[in-house]
Amino acid sequence: MSTPAALRVYEHHAMVYRRTYQGSMISSFLNPVLYLSAMGLGLGTYVGRSGTAAASLGGLSYLVFLAPGLLAAVAMQQAAGESMWAVMGAIKWNKTYDAMLFTPIRIRDILAGHLAWVTTRLISVTGVFLLVMTAFGAAVWPSAILAVPAGVLTGLAFAALITAYSASQDNDDGFNALNRFVLVPMFLFSGTFFPVSQLPELIRPIAYLTPLYHGVELCRSLALGRIDPGPVFVHVVYLAALVLVGTVLAYRAFLRKLAR
Amino acid sequence: MAEHASASLISARGLTKRFGEFTAVDAIDFDVAPGESFGFLGPNGAGKTSTMRMIGCISPVSAGRLRVLGLDPAMDGAQIRGRLGVVPQSDTLDLELTVLENLLIYGRYFDLPRRIIRARAAELLDFVQLTDRANDQVEPLSGGMKRRLTIARSLINEPDLMLLDEPTTGLDPQARHLLWDRLYRLKQRGVTLVLTTHYMDEAEQLCDRLVVMDKARIVAEGSPRSLIEQYSTREVLELRFPPGVQETLDGRLDDLAERTEALPDRLLLYTPDGEAAAVRVHERGFTPESVLVRRSSLEDVFLRLTGRSLVD
Repeated sequence: MSTPAALRVYEHHAMVYRRTYQGSMISSFLNPVLYLSAMGLGLGTYVGRSGTAAASLGGLSYLVFLAPGLLAAVAMQQAAGESMWAVMGAIKWNKTYDAMLFTPIRIRDILAGHLAWVTTRLISVTGVFLLVMTAFGAAVWPSAILAVPAGVLTGLAFAALITAYSASQDNDDGFNALNRFVLVPMFLFSGTFFPVSQLPELIRPIAYLTPLYHGVELCRSLALGRIDPGPVFVHVVYLAALVLVGTVLAYRAFLRKLAR
Repeated sequence: MAEHASASLISARGLTKRFGEFTAVDAIDFDVAPGESFGFLGPNGAGKTSTMRMIGCISPVSAGRLRVLGLDPAMDGAQIRGRLGVVPQSDTLDLELTVLENLLIYGRYFDLPRRIIRARAAELLDFVQLTDRANDQVEPLSGGMKRRLTIARSLINEPDLMLLDEPTTGLDPQARHLLWDRLYRLKQRGVTLVLTTHYMDEAEQLCDRLVVMDKARIVAEGSPRSLIEQYSTREVLELRFPPGVQETLDGRLDDLAERTEALPDRLLLYTPDGEAAAVRVHERGFTPESVLVRRSSLEDVFLRLTGRSLVD
């Protein structure tokens, strides 16, 4: 009958979420609709079907090219949103984690419960995104369903790494810098809006190292049914390794902050 | 000591906590018996909270031996915490949830079935007089209400041992008396209370036995009464002089008391008979602005032991 401690932490997140779920559900529908209409349909009509730029899209319409990349980017944003101020607040301001640690909950349960909760949110936003994509005619079923676990994996890599970062900080000064100098540039230059091959040769290797590049490529190949086992394997292993590294770092940071 | 150790709820030998170079708790020994009300008294920074966090199995022990409920915090932390009720210095309530939800989720942390948590939550809200606020948000509650909710929360698992870190700091007198009453009732029910405080009256009200901590060490141990007997006289004569006069006394009243203590605003004369001493002060031609004879309190013990006033 006993519930694993991490799931009891998860229950806490779910209880808090219940207060805001309506607004959150609406925005997870509205976001993809707005993005895909404006960028995919609107801007997409200016992107020709011929010429070198079009060739770099691999013969896809801009909407179809863009949609799965955006799914990965949305997963990144969701993960970041759940793992910055929320984590710092639970450690430092509201001390929600301290309160949990007065009970049989352990630090590892807090981390596992947090990541499990982020996973739920990621399934929800990427699932909704896939539905909207499908309505826009930008998904090839049945393999498109695999874009959800791919998006979740992408999001988890960010969630683990950003949680480690947030837990290691003493105040929220670093979050704006993280947004400005890491997350936004990654959003713009990791292959979501145009292929990385269009970047200057010097910068390209940096793009290849970003987690988002691997997430975008993975989601795109799965959502469009253009599955090439080699690259898919590399993307999955790279992202999974980042989840692992991020989790270990986050655990260490939690120990330093919470078990003093 | 050794034969008592197994019967103790808490047993510490050479208990030490270090943060890098800084030693917050320096090799202290103490035992807490079941049903006892035990206090850690000391100024800010004396090591009280660090000691509580080690007992609460949150902060790892740096050195020495600690047993809580007969178990080792390093090995069985989660199991021990399942039987503790912790009231931390800052409330750590969930401000995004309601009063009742705070109890419900906290009970879940102990893996209690929801049915049982609901029944206990209703009782506990009644116990701390918050029943009519059950469905209110926590944020706008007064400090005293939040403190009571924190105490109710800590009781959801029916703990064998309660750890209270400065339970009434920052509360107004009414709120403090209500809390003391509730803690006293818990004590009557046989719950073991361990608390830290820097209020003398709180220690005298609640503690059967206490230790005075100063600079990471225990400097005295005993019941409030025995500490007063051991470290102070029966009475204290408090003399307040016009500004500037106290500095000119040059110890000319020292022979009237067993011991004197010069505070910034008054002179304390420790003596078995305060009235008699007051008469002799007047005989010597001194006319203090005010004269007060009172019984010795823990505050006097504290002044003696740590050489400074408590609430600083």
